[in-house]
Amino acid sequence: MDKKSDDYSKVEEDLLRPITQTGRDFYVTVAILLAIISVGVFAWIIQLREGLGVTGLNRPVFWGVYITNFVFFIGISHAGTLISAILRLANAEWRRAITRSAEVITVLVLFIGVGNIINDLGRPERLLYTIFHGEFLSPLLWDVVSISAYLFCSTVYLYLPLIPDIALMRDKFKGTTRGKIYRILAIGWKGTEKQWKILGRAISLMAVMIIPIAVSVHTVVSYVFAMTIQPMWHSTILGPYFVTGAIFSGIAGLLIAMVIIRKSCHLQAYLKPVHFNNLGLLLLVMSLLWFYFTFTETLTSFYGAEPSHLAVFYAKLTGQYAPYFWTMIFLCFIFPVAILSNRKTRTISGVFIVSCGVIVGMWLERYTIVLPTLINPRLPIERGAYTPTWVELAITAACFAAFILLYILFVKVFPIVSIWEIKEGKEVGVEETAERVKSYLPDTIFEKKSEGIGANEINSSSKRENDHE
Amino acid sequence: MRKWGMVIDLDRCTGCQACVVACKAENNVVFSDPTQEETHRAISWMSVLTVLEGEYPDVKEKYFPRPCMHCENPPCVKVCPVGATYKNPEGIVAQVYTRCIGCRYCTNNCPYTLKYFNYSRPRWSNEMKNLLNPDVSRRQVGVVEKCSFCHHRLQKAKEDARFEKRELREEDYVPACVQTCPTGALIFGDLENPKSEVHRLSKISRAFRLLEELGTEPQVFYLTEGEWHG
Ligand code: SF4
Ligand code: SF4
Repeated sequence: MDKKSDDYSKVEEDLLRPITQTGRDFYVTVAILLAIISVGVFAWIIQLREGLGVTGLNRPVFWGVYITNFVFFIGISHAGTLISAILRLANAEWRRAITRSAEVITVLVLFIGVGNIINDLGRPERLLYTIFHGEFLSPLLWDVVSISAYLFCSTVYLYLPLIPDIALMRDKFKGTTRGKIYRILAIGWKGTEKQWKILGRAISLMAVMIIPIAVSVHTVVSYVFAMTIQPMWHSTILGPYFVTGAIFSGIAGLLIAMVIIRKSCHLQAYLKPVHFNNLGLLLLVMSLLWFYFTFTETLTSFYGAEPSHLAVFYAKLTGQYAPYFWTMIFLCFIFPVAILSNRKTRTISGVFIVSCGVIVGMWLERYTIVLPTLINPRLPIERGAYTPTWVELAITAACFAAFILLYILFVKVFPIVSIWEIKEGKEVGVEETAERVKSYLPDTIFEKKSEGIGANEINSSSKRENDHE
Repeated sequence: MRKWGMVIDLDRCTGCQACVVACKAENNVVFSDPTQEETHRAISWMSVLTVLEGEYPDVKEKYFPRPCMHCENPPCVKVCPVGATYKNPEGIVAQVYTRCIGCRYCTNNCPYTLKYFNYSRPRWSNEMKNLLNPDVSRRQVGVVEKCSFCHHRLQKAKEDARFEKRELREEDYVPACVQTCPTGALIFGDLENPKSEVHRLSKISRAFRLLEELGTEPQVFYLTEGEWHG
């Protein structure tokens, strides 16, 4: 018993260190991020005063970088909650150290995504008209509904597993102002058996609920394009294609965050090579799936050879957007497959570099979906061109900076690796996994041993089931 | 119920742009400066597009006036999240400037790319300010606008008819572009009325509609001899 609590004090010390100790690097990073954000805010104020004329948008290119950002950030949001929910439901033990860092991404990035679409409105002050005068025939309204649902559920899903850790910190920081805030947030958590039971149930319920919502979110985002009648937007494949791309970029985002957390918070003992290996494999699978969709989508429009589709097709593959398109193919398919399919290069730094590439590549993917269609409208006499201005770029940079800043602040306030789940992993997980493996095998192998152990096993496994319910 | 529509005889159009000017003056469309033209942000509800045919030196220039098609099945209306653009019972696709949130979804779903967005605050010279049409509201920055078939003229004609205690006659309502066209290339009327000129013309063999294969069913018909090469 003593030995155990010793282990945990080390765990707690390690995982609370980012909260208790703040180095110089932290302030430097925050200062840089704040500088980038303030340039973005300055650009945004100009845009609010002058109207969207300060962007590079025109007619017929009515959408540009902001919509790209919107789709991109909503895509990244799939990192978290979806992956963490799937891993939780699949009882993947290696999830324990990574779920929280994934869930935080979701919540933060959703705000950034929504911010981008509001920023794209000609009259942002009329935003609430979508509620007062909402027309349900419009896919944009489907977006409003499903993104709000996702934002709500993923916030709850982030918060629930935080409660026991918040309670822990409430006890640690007793008497300080910080402690008072933790006390409010801990909503009276005492860790009684009943509370654990309720919490476990709530988490499982949210995990089940969040998966269809997450899938619907990106499907509906794709519908914004797919429901129009514009060439290469109007495609049935776009829903699953967007969801795949979203999970793909989400995993990449998560990996980048994990590498940085591991290094800056000295969590090498918690975020181990095996985590990066497993997520790296997942990234590889998504890369192949993503390429499959890209290939199908592109080939179909080429083979069909409808002039309006071909115009978009050539704009992507050989025309103005070819550099972006082929960079995307390299970063999202060729490079990841080359690096990730080899065990020797699937190291932490290998995975990190690939992930950075995927993030850039997936942003370009969104860009090459939005723009080539817009510069090639159906009436052949109209042709468009688009170059983003510094305002759009500054606001985009500020979005990334804001996301990173909020993430860092979260790490400063809450443990980024779930303390109780790590403990639970040792107390329950190890045994449970052994049991589970046993249950996969023919019982006869174990019968050779004495009867006593067999009986024990049955008892403990039925007990485990009780625990879970 | 009436269904207002237009017939445009391409073989009569001389490309004089009178309709374009008339439309701008009638509907308080802001005058664009050269930078707006360069950045493709000029607003012109009615525009005369030119289509070049053939190779130099044997080229032919065709003129092609293009208002909103007032589709019977308008893709722009479906996608508006706040109902700021709608099809009224008389077939006119209308735009509510005070409702529009400026998301530009409708502009992207119009296959004829003829909705316009106010990228900057409208600026009027002092001389112009006195000439603005009081019947048409001015648009703010950040909203979408487009050809309304001079809907305010229909309202006025209806009021007049009511005042004179008679039915609205078809010829009471004519959009500014149609009224101005010196060659009679633009013809306007009720497509539902079997006796009307537009009804007759819309059925003749020279008639066609733009991007007919999309099923948007434009209420603007074009007439031309032979093929049209867009
Ligand atoms: S032409 Fe375009 S703007 Fe006019 S009704 Fe049809 S879709 Fe709408
Ligand atoms: S730009 Fe205005 S009219 Fe067009 S879809 Fe958006 S809100 Fe509706």
